[in-house]
Amino acid sequence: MNLVVRESLLAFKRAPLLSALSVTTIAFSLFVLGLFGLVAVNLQDALRSVEERVEVVAYLLPGTPIEATALGLKDIEAFPEVQLATYVSEDEALARARAELVEFRDVLRELERNPLPASIEVKLKPGFRDAAHVSTVAERLGGFGFVDDVRFGRDWVEKLDRLRQLAAAVGIVVGAAFAAVAIIIIGTTIRMAVLQRGREIAIMRLVGATDGFIRRPFLLQGAIKGLLGGVVAVALSFGAYALIDRYLIQAAFFTHEQAAAIVGFGALIGLLGSASSVGRHLKRV
Amino acid sequence: MIKFTNVFKAFPKGGLALKDVSFHIAKGEFAFLTGHSGAGKSTVLKLVYADERPTSGEVRVSGYFVTEMRPREVPLLRRRLGIVFQDFRLLEDRTAEENVAFALEVTGARRSTIAARVMRVLTQVGLAAKAQAYPRELSGGEQQRVAIARALVNEPTVLLADEPTGNLDERATRGVFQLLRDINASGTAVVMATHDLDLVRQAPYRVIELQEGALVYDSAVDEQRDQAAAP
Repeated sequence: MNLVVRESLLAFKRAPLLSALSVTTIAFSLFVLGLFGLVAVNLQDALRSVEERVEVVAYLLPGTPIEATALGLKDIEAFPEVQLATYVSEDEALARARAELVEFRDVLRELERNPLPASIEVKLKPGFRDAAHVSTVAERLGGFGFVDDVRFGRDWVEKLDRLRQLAAAVGIVVGAAFAAVAIIIIGTTIRMAVLQRGREIAIMRLVGATDGFIRRPFLLQGAIKGLLGGVVAVALSFGAYALIDRYLIQAAFFTHEQAAAIVGFGALIGLLGSASSVGRHLKRV
Repeated sequence: MIKFTNVFKAFPKGGLALKDVSFHIAKGEFAFLTGHSGAGKSTVLKLVYADERPTSGEVRVSGYFVTEMRPREVPLLRRRLGIVFQDFRLLEDRTAEENVAFALEVTGARRSTIAARVMRVLTQVGLAAKAQAYPRELSGGEQQRVAIARALVNEPTVLLADEPTGNLDERATRGVFQLLRDINASGTAVVMATHDLDLVRQAPYRVIELQEGALVYDSAVDEQRDQAAAP
């Protein structure tokens, strides 16, 4: 086996308690970050499902010829923001009203003439479901001659916008804070492991080891500890998710990529933490 | 081999650790470095293995100029030296054999040759039977022998020993000193810092004495001068 790999693995055997302690510390600091990540992922999911309801409805003037509507529909579908545009005829509108507004079923049944206008319902692509884009699309829809009125619940869309901005700001600030805390804790843990082996480093130098030779096993160890900590953190997060999903609310877990990112983050901090600790130590001795 | 020319070394907080020290130790020589604690013996050795740099003057060690050495070259110099300390400096969590092998591994020696070379030096210091023992299971004298084996395994041209018998009882001291003499007899230069004057008197080796950082006596130079002055 390669000497660097062997020395790195032997360190776990030689100082099992300290190694276990560092992995546990790393695991828990990443677990806290992971829990926050879970909250963020689920909030994002919830926001997305709300967003999907963003819709612009253009009510058509009575008596609009079907050909004109068909042409208009094609134009609207060609808007870059538009995901789907659906024509709803007067009869369909009435049928829908009858099905959805059960309380008014009797009233609706006794109507002699259908009072509901035909409409075009427009759904926007993801990324265009904010107040600015919705207004632009609404304005453009209003420009068609056969359109009587455009509705999209401006207040609601604007509130959604604010919610989204708030979620993003909180996510960035709190996420960065948690990440910083994780980096500091992991860095300190790794530094302790390096200091604990200061005597060994001094002896290695005396017998003629180069700085690179001394550094490499520490880097690999740091990365391994971070990696193990990351794996444990993801496992703990999954446990927490399973409990929440079962007893509290239905929730989503990380995608494979996100889970891999947490593990990778652990390994990276372990590696960088070792690099800076050993670097400082080597410079001082 | 080792050449000091007008070497000064200042303490970081002021004052001089070494004042105008000059001497030359030839290949294969055995030299004692004597003087009270704080006289500068350890500083001289640290300059030799490039743990310190001279404030002024020139230090040459087997072809390297320690004064203007690049950090990268320091490990290369140390591989040509064997260093032994009063406190042994063994790794507690490795066996005698692993401690010695370690010095070879860091130099990137071929793994297939390591075991045989380690066994050879452990036999040379009389510890082959205790290769698997950990330092805590060995006596002080035995630990120092492991340290000497580690110093020898890279086949150094110079062995530096900083008070190697300082922590040992009389019997172990005699054994370790004899071992150093044997090593010298096989061609390795030995520089031994000590304040054990009994030891110094026992052997006909060169003595370099330091006092408060200054070289006050060098048997090689002073005896020559005495002989020249004799009628």
